[in-house]
Amino acid sequence: MTRSVFLFLTAFLACGVEMVEALTIVLAVGVTRGWRSTLIGAGAATLALAVLIGALGPAISSVPIDTLRLVVGGLLLVFGLQWLRKAILRAGGYKPLHDEAAAFEKERAEAGEASRGGPSTLDWYSFTVSFKGVFLEGLEVAFIVITFGAAQHNGVATAAAAAAAAFVIVLGAGVLVRAPLSRVPENTLKFTVGLLLTTFGTFWSAEGAGVSWPGEDGALLAILGLLLVTSLAAVRLLRRERGLPRLSPVRRGGEA
Amino acid sequence: MRYIGAFLRFWYDFIVGDDWVIALGVLIALGLTALIADRGVTAWWVMPVAVIALLATSLRRALRESSSDRAERPEP
Repeated sequence: MTRSVFLFLTAFLACGVEMVEALTIVLAVGVTRGWRSTLIGAGAATLALAVLIGALGPAISSVPIDTLRLVVGGLLLVFGLQWLRKAILRAGGYKPLHDEAAAFEKERAEAGEASRGGPSTLDWYSFTVSFKGVFLEGLEVAFIVITFGAAQHNGVATAAAAAAAAFVIVLGAGVLVRAPLSRVPENTLKFTVGLLLTTFGTFWSAEGAGVSWPGEDGALLAILGLLLVTSLAAVRLLRRERGLPRLSPVRRGGEA
Repeated sequence: MRYIGAFLRFWYDFIVGDDWVIALGVLIALGLTALIADRGVTAWWVMPVAVIALLATSLRRALRESSSDRAERPEP
């Protein structure tokens, strides 16, 4: 139960964050250069990701579970620590917060400067930028969904449901707003995803290496608690060193 | 050749990311865990300790890079 809840939450948040970034790129190119080629590019990337998941999913399921947990857990741990490190540095004032409005304006300016083809031909600039944005942002999510799914019983269904829920919510918000989702507390989401990926990565990789955790699934909560306390302490230290005030949990939508 | 280089670069960036110390540290910690567990000794504590140590090391490296970047930047 604990694993399934964590799994859904992690896949949902990770998919949500990456989808917001992909949506920013698609919106900027679509608004500036037109929607036809941009949407064809986004659709082609989604199709390519679906083919990749369809091909890799069954192949990964045939690997012995301990080997899978060791490799998958190790990779999730590396990903998780990178996300967490960046989120701590951003919250500590050592890296700029990723501002979707600024990213949108940058993409829009670049799209406006690129040359155009005729009105009936495919606009390759829009197609390529949109394809690349959706494919690259989606690749990490695809990896998380596949590996989470493969390393746990019924995991594929849970992770896929979480990804679908995130897709519907982000796409719905994008269609309603038709502007970058700049009010999303992006760093708080990345901080949370970093914590969850690192927790699962630590748990699974150690199990794959032959460890039996005291308290079995309950150890997940203990690892998460340890990481949360350590990360918040690191943010506090960094902010003090930078001469910044302590973070208020309600300021900027709880941006950590 | 350029495409192979770009392909390898992409996977390095995708898996290893900004700090190679994290990837190497995780590999070493997992090896150590497997070694200890294989001898029948309790090994569950190794990964949590290694993860906290790696996070601290990586943050310290980032701060060092950040302060040396600022020191190299000329005065406006």
